[in-house]
Amino acid sequence: MTKSKYLPLIATTVIFVVAYALCYLQFPNILSTRVIGNLLTDNAFLGIAAIGMTFVILSGGIDLSIGSVIAFTGVFLAVILENTGIHPLFAFVLALIITTAFGALMGAIIHYLDMPAFIVTLAGMFLARGMAFVLSIDSVPIVHPFYKTLKAFYFKLPGGGRITLIGGLMLVMFVVGIIVAHRTRFGTNIYALGGGTQTARLMGVPVGRTTIMIYATSGFLAGLSGIVFSLYTSAGYSLAAVGVELDAIAAVVIGGTLLTGGAGFVAGTLIGVLIQGLIQTYITFDGTLSSWWTKIVIGLLLFVFILMQKGILLASKLERRA
Amino acid sequence: MTAKLPATLVRLLPQIATLAVVLILNVILFPSFFDLSVQNSRLYGSLIDVFNRGAPVALLAVGMTLVIATKGIDLSVGAVVAICGAVAAASVAGGHSVPVAVASALAVGMLCGIWNGFLVAVLGIQPIIATLVLMVAGRGIAQLITEGAILTFTDEGLIFIGSGTAFGLPMPIVIWVVFGLAVTLLVRRTALGLLIESIGVNRQASQLAGVRTTALLIASYLLAGLCAAIAGLIVAADIKGADANNAGLWLELDAILAVVVGGNSLLGGRFSILGSLLGAVIIQAVNTGILTSGFPPEYNLIIKAVIIVVILVIQSPRIGELSAFLKSVRQGNP
Repeated sequence: MTKSKYLPLIATTVIFVVAYALCYLQFPNILSTRVIGNLLTDNAFLGIAAIGMTFVILSGGIDLSIGSVIAFTGVFLAVILENTGIHPLFAFVLALIITTAFGALMGAIIHYLDMPAFIVTLAGMFLARGMAFVLSIDSVPIVHPFYKTLKAFYFKLPGGGRITLIGGLMLVMFVVGIIVAHRTRFGTNIYALGGGTQTARLMGVPVGRTTIMIYATSGFLAGLSGIVFSLYTSAGYSLAAVGVELDAIAAVVIGGTLLTGGAGFVAGTLIGVLIQGLIQTYITFDGTLSSWWTKIVIGLLLFVFILMQKGILLASKLERRA
Repeated sequence: MTAKLPATLVRLLPQIATLAVVLILNVILFPSFFDLSVQNSRLYGSLIDVFNRGAPVALLAVGMTLVIATKGIDLSVGAVVAICGAVAAASVAGGHSVPVAVASALAVGMLCGIWNGFLVAVLGIQPIIATLVLMVAGRGIAQLITEGAILTFTDEGLIFIGSGTAFGLPMPIVIWVVFGLAVTLLVRRTALGLLIESIGVNRQASQLAGVRTTALLIASYLLAGLCAAIAGLIVAADIKGADANNAGLWLELDAILAVVVGGNSLLGGRFSILGSLLGAVIIQAVNTGILTSGFPPEYNLIIKAVIIVVILVIQSPRIGELSAFLKSVRQGNP
């Protein structure tokens, strides 16, 4: 049983390493620190949002609103920095408060109205995107000097690579996410909730508070991801980050988290994000392949991992019976 | 029959009332809303426009109703719309006749449905996740068929599906009304509808009771795929081209919304196709109302969100318990 618990994570890691090795054989430059640094920078917003998605899926739920929340945060920051004189740091705090409250509200609706997370967060997705549209339908550039300062901030790697602020922030958030998931009471409660609401309640897990906290965390991380995205693109656009929720779900599943909840690792999600980034990088290196192959390959990977999860569940059931 | 008709009406009363309110608001904002005129032996008017523009969502809602009734969901229909439009456009561009193009698009749609049904019914994967695979990969596949470009075509036969006239009405209206009625008759004049509901309530129990749940589940997803294929033909014929990126984008969410607005529970079980069709018309009437009244179209999404939340509150089991409790209290103290 303990073996099969780690199997999806091991499989993901092996696939990542083998895929990277294959890419390396074809394009030796892909192993440079420059490419690795860019891999982290380009996928920072997806990675941070995917941590929140991991928590939500571990608890047996789903959050479809994160793409819209990222776009809303970007537009909110751009509009507020353009029209008022407040410091970007203060605007960041405001944005995080709004998105966290938004997530908490969705969690409260899911718990108190006893409705499927899918449809509640669907409403959240419409609402956040709509609010972004109301703030501005145009792409608003961010020209604040503080953004330049933040973007100029990086850690130099040997070989010319750079870990930028946002790439580093993603790694830090993953470490925090791993600690929260495996070393705190809140993390244990999430896993318990994923095993079954009824069982969790009988074990004394505060179901309502945990549910609200999970979606608030997801909202907070989506807001943080929106800040990172606005740093990455230096603009706020209400049509940005469409479909990021799907990429995040794909990253979580490829990272080996069980979709029914209750089993999985935050670290796996990082590898899931990196696999998606690697596919994109390979397509860029190749130059002749079209970017839509990314979607097809990710769809195939999703399918393979879902099948593998089914196989593991079946095997553990047979084992228990024997 | 006479005893049955009022029951259906009572069941759909909230939807009919909502539609009436939306239409009346439209008339207040836009006095000529109900004006109909006949030109070139075809009806024209805002009301006809609502029914015409609502065709793709209405078609998708038919299949989605059955899938949701089995306690499932099909997220891939939007991507299937893009795939089937691309297939039809590519085969016309490749020199095939219109019947071949339509038949191949419908066949591909049903194939997509069977794939989803196989994942859900045979492999036992959660419907949200099973259909997510095709949702993510589907647009890539559509891009592959159109080779990344917007495939345009000038074949009159195929364009007729999107903008032709039949019985004095635009072709899309005729298609969705006939198709919706046909499916309703199929599931309500036979035991099929009841059996599908039984799967939604408890698959294991209906399996034990002798219902062929696997075949029925696959058939439900197949029908959803077929609906998506027809919608794909209409969307492609309407713009005279297949746009793999934008055709059917977010239509799956509108279809789900139509089903929910139609009074169907997302938790499976009892369903009403007529309700979902009404839901689709309500959504389109709101869209048209916002556009014609000069409100910025950005408010559309917010209004949709508010509609979902209101319906959630009404459908919520907790609210049901509360109202039942209030009723018993009132009866207890006369």
